Amino acid sequence: MKEKVKALVKKIKDEAKDLKNIKIMHLCGTHEDTVTRYNIRSLLPENIELLSGPGCPVCITPDIDLQEIFHLIKNAKITLTTFGDMARVPFEKKSLFYYKSKGYDIKIVYSIFDAIELAKRGNKPVVHFAIGFETTMPSTALAILDGVDNFYVYSSHRFFVPAMEALLRAGEIKIHGFINPGHVSTIVGVKAYEHLRKYGIPQVIAGFEPYDVILAVYYLIKALKDKDDGNSGALINEYTRAVRYKGNVRAQKVINEVFNREDWEWRGLGVVPNSGGSIKKKYEDFDAKKQFEDTFDDFEPKIDVAKKACRCGEVLRGLITPEKCPLFLKVCTPKDPVGPCMVSFEGMCNIWARYRKDFDLAVI
Amino acid sequence: MCLAIPGKVESIEYPFAIVDFKGAKRKVRVDLIDDLKVGDYVLVHVGFAIQKVDKNEAERIEELISKIIEI
Repeated sequence: MKEKVKALVKKIKDEAKDLKNIKIMHLCGTHEDTVTRYNIRSLLPENIELLSGPGCPVCITPDIDLQEIFHLIKNAKITLTTFGDMARVPFEKKSLFYYKSKGYDIKIVYSIFDAIELAKRGNKPVVHFAIGFETTMPSTALAILDGVDNFYVYSSHRFFVPAMEALLRAGEIKIHGFINPGHVSTIVGVKAYEHLRKYGIPQVIAGFEPYDVILAVYYLIKALKDKDDGNSGALINEYTRAVRYKGNVRAQKVINEVFNREDWEWRGLGVVPNSGGSIKKKYEDFDAKKQFEDTFDDFEPKIDVAKKACRCGEVLRGLITPEKCPLFLKVCTPKDPVGPCMVSFEGMCNIWARYRKDFDLAVI
Repeated sequence: MCLAIPGKVESIEYPFAIVDFKGAKRKVRVDLIDDLKVGDYVLVHVGFAIQKVDKNEAERIEELISKIIEI
């Protein structure tokens, strides 16, 4: 396989030699992990740039959601559950781990079903701070459909596919091809991207092995060359071992049963139409935003001055790479992160800090 | 966050299954998977199975790459 991948890299170089500068954006933190861990950028010719997009749920969750969660734990007697990465994101230099250390009842769970078990055991309300794209939303939908007393969800879920259209419409950078997120695609299927073909930008749904990503780049280069012959945006499924054309239909059904699609804010992207996974009125008994509504009467959103110089938003739009941020590996490190791109294991800043050996890592 | 790991279904007790991840075993929700059988491979994300995976597909990709490089 190794020799074959080497030959494929050579093939990419041959195919790309007549092309001008090509910008390919991948849309998943796990793809950035593969790309950086295996140094795939160094294998590609100079005229192919591999950008990282807004594919990290922890990173794109805006500060307002975090502020509301902090407000909730301070003003309601609840047990709060969430995933580990989210608990480390600071707002005004304080994270959920900080509040946990101050005695607030915050528990890190691997799965929302662990949160349900907690709710079944105790009398105290359990609120799960639910984040994630279409990959994660079906588990939250199932948990709500289980209908357990004492269990509530604060939904920060966001539909990913609308963000791709928002990026294209913003038009800040010319993107020549997308590597679509593999595990979001297991749920939404190939069909979910059909409507984006009108933009004439080739898309390849890819898996997470290095050969998957390299094959995706090859397909994109081929599609771009074919495009010169008059073909419009190709949509190719490289990750056929896990992604079907229709996706996981059962999962789509439970998502549509439980969630609406509202216009919600993303860090870096602003308000993205139809991207917000709010809980439908018929399930409001499990919606923490409804059930603890009174708690928010005196809530006032603030701007975090500690993040003033943080350029996470631009990293998420593919405008800059981490080392362009003045904070990167100076005051912002994986141990003491300023912004969420340095917190999450899927954030580009965190991944570059962990794997790239060409920066001065002495400060970590 | 969207990380998902493949594992082999050892036993099914609907809506759960015991999934073996190269030795580490975990109880996983499987009620969103059609026609699941013991021995199938599933991709697991935050405690639930998101899709069945084809374990022989890696060989198919190798064949695919072979074809591309021979062109």
